[in-house]
Amino acid sequence: MQRQVALIKQSLFDQGYLDEQFIELEELQDDANPNFVEEVATLYFKDSARLISNIEQALERGSFDFNRLDNYMHQFKGSSTSIGASKVKTECTMFREYCRVGNAEGCLRTFKQLKKEHATLRKKLEQYFQASK
Amino acid sequence: MLTPGAVGGSSNSDPFPSGLRVLVVDDDPTCLMILERMLKTCLYRVTKCNRAEIALSLLRKNKNGFDIVISDVHMPDMNGFKLLEHVGLEMDLPVIMMSADDSKSVVLKGVTHGAVDYLIKPVRIEALKNIWQHVVRKKQNVSEHSGSVEETGGDRQQQRDDDDDDGGDNNNSSSGNNEGNLRKRKEEEQGGDDKEDTSSLKKPRVVWSVELHQQFVAAVNHLGVDKAVPKKILEMMNVQGLTRENVASHLQKYRIYLKRLGGVSQHQGNINHSFMTGQDPSYGPLNGFDLQGLATAGQLQAQSLAQLQAVGLGQSSSPLIKPGITSVDQRSFFTFQNSKSRFGDGHGPMMMNGGNKQTSLLHGVPTGHMRLQQQQMAGMRVAGPSMQQQQQSMLSRRSVPETRSSRVLPGATHSAFNNSFPLASAPGMMSVSDTKGVNEFCNPSYDILNNFPQQQHHNNNNSVNEWDLRNVGMVFNSHQDNTTSAAFSTSEAYSSSSTHKRKREAELVVEHGQNQQQPQSRSVNPMNQIYMNDGGSVRMKTETVTCPPQATTMFHEQYSNQDDLLSALLKQEGLLDTEFDFEGYSFDNILV
Repeated sequence: MQRQVALIKQSLFDQGYLDEQFIELEELQDDANPNFVEEVATLYFKDSARLISNIEQALERGSFDFNRLDNYMHQFKGSSTSIGASKVKTECTMFREYCRVGNAEGCLRTFKQLKKEHATLRKKLEQYFQASK
Repeated sequence: MLTPGAVGGSSNSDPFPSGLRVLVVDDDPTCLMILERMLKTCLYRVTKCNRAEIALSLLRKNKNGFDIVISDVHMPDMNGFKLLEHVGLEMDLPVIMMSADDSKSVVLKGVTHGAVDYLIKPVRIEALKNIWQHVVRKKQNVSEHSGSVEETGGDRQQQRDDDDDDGGDNNNSSSGNNEGNLRKRKEEEQGGDDKEDTSSLKKPRVVWSVELHQQFVAAVNHLGVDKAVPKKILEMMNVQGLTRENVASHLQKYRIYLKRLGGVSQHQGNINHSFMTGQDPSYGPLNGFDLQGLATAGQLQAQSLAQLQAVGLGQSSSPLIKPGITSVDQRSFFTFQNSKSRFGDGHGPMMMNGGNKQTSLLHGVPTGHMRLQQQQMAGMRVAGPSMQQQQQSMLSRRSVPETRSSRVLPGATHSAFNNSFPLASAPGMMSVSDTKGVNEFCNPSYDILNNFPQQQHHNNNNSVNEWDLRNVGMVFNSHQDNTTSAAFSTSEAYSSSSTHKRKREAELVVEHGQNQQQPQSRSVNPMNQIYMNDGGSVRMKTETVTCPPQATTMFHEQYSNQDDLLSALLKQEGLLDTEFDFEGYSFDNILV
């Protein structure tokens, strides 16, 4: 089990899903707060799901309020950065860039990719935490 | 390095820095949770909050319940900068901004709005470990400025080169200051321990509420700006719990503010008008003027100033930037023109430059002269640059210990708050800022700003904590236009005469600004800060701001007169140390 945990973790880093910020979080975990990282991850996914849904709605409306979209994405980027979700963060940055230039098509594409990365990370982390128990 | 116990003097029960009470505000729950964990790991006492409004009400309810605030920039209900302003004005607590956005403009904004630091997300625990320094620094500054630096660790002061006014000798020369500071600090420390709150970092801050300030101004006017001495003012005000020191430091700041108004108003004239009307019709032009002045004093954070301006201009957009912009212009304006053109009428020289040998200038309260000028100045201009300067100085101050000049500009990233941005509407930057001056100035001025808050702190009157400074500035303006302008101008003038001087002014301004932060009303802040300077020790410390003389040369000659006058006046009044030279404009020594 331990090995599996290590392997999962390693792959997450190697594939760029997580970055050193995640390690920072792990360092905050101690005996007094043994599940800190998992708690944070849970919170993150809950909150980001909300953000994703907001963005989705905004995009579906078709009005493309880039400012608003950018705001959402800023939030998303902030929390993704805080937990070390590297790939998600990259997609956020790209999305914001498209917002900045007003490229709706680019936004849509990137958003799709972002959702995919987000879902993948979620699954992998779930595996990871499961294995760590 | 300071040991936990040493800082803040005696009454601190918490082993500093652990136990530092941090309020962290961020709408992102993930970040909030992580920050909380990190701060707890640093052994701080954390309160988290996901809405700025809640944070503000928490802060208001527990005026002395927190030592420092960390806030995100982008929040749905209230812009982080706005919160920053409020906190600075009302509670005078150090505020750290943070954001995933590391663009220079945003960082600059933070700086100009008075944040003591700016962290880029993801925040690392190492960055949080050192936030206590901001608390100590702020307290130190406050105590330094308040006439009788009672509290705050004396050792802290010793460390700070820029703390100048402590010893009451405003010799800007750092060495002079240091000595003075050290001396003073020690005295204070000994005496300060007894004072409740003063010595501890947690001492209650005296807040010059609007009413209180009005009383103060009334008393000052009654006595005559030039003749007003803390003791008499105190008697006239007859406010329970107010100490002579409180009044003294406030008086100093007030004077500086007046001086500043004199110089700034020129620039701001236009802006102020719109500004003012927006703000408070009753005040009329003066208001705007004051706001600016206040803003410059550093009290009014760029944001508030901007907002005020926006209001005045009938805009509702985030004016945050405005002050910066205007201030920038003003700044140069201010620096160069203060003395001369600003005043347009020819009264100009009075204020800013030493040209007028008005003693009143020195006092910051010009008598007939100033009045005219002030009116002309419309305050805003002064405010603008002042703000900048103050900000800058604030920033620079901070970095002073580190690297003064370099900080100023580039600093603004992450935590390079300190010096990074002198120009941005740093309140209080006034004098020094003229271009380069600013940068350098910034360094020292930062302390100054800090000093002011200390003053308030110093006052410690619990009763005053609640004072609403809001109107103070306003009141101030109305009759003090002249004086304020004078105050400003003189300070600027002084600085012009030499780089040191400039620094001083900037510092003064900065300090004013800083101190002003305590008062709640934003508009008032600049004024308050100015007062503070007076009351507190104006840190003229010449942190070696090597402001390019360019700006100063212009009014150099004008200022020189003032220097003498100022020192003479101050000495006369017993406000300054005998060794006072403009540089040594230490308000601390106000004798009652």
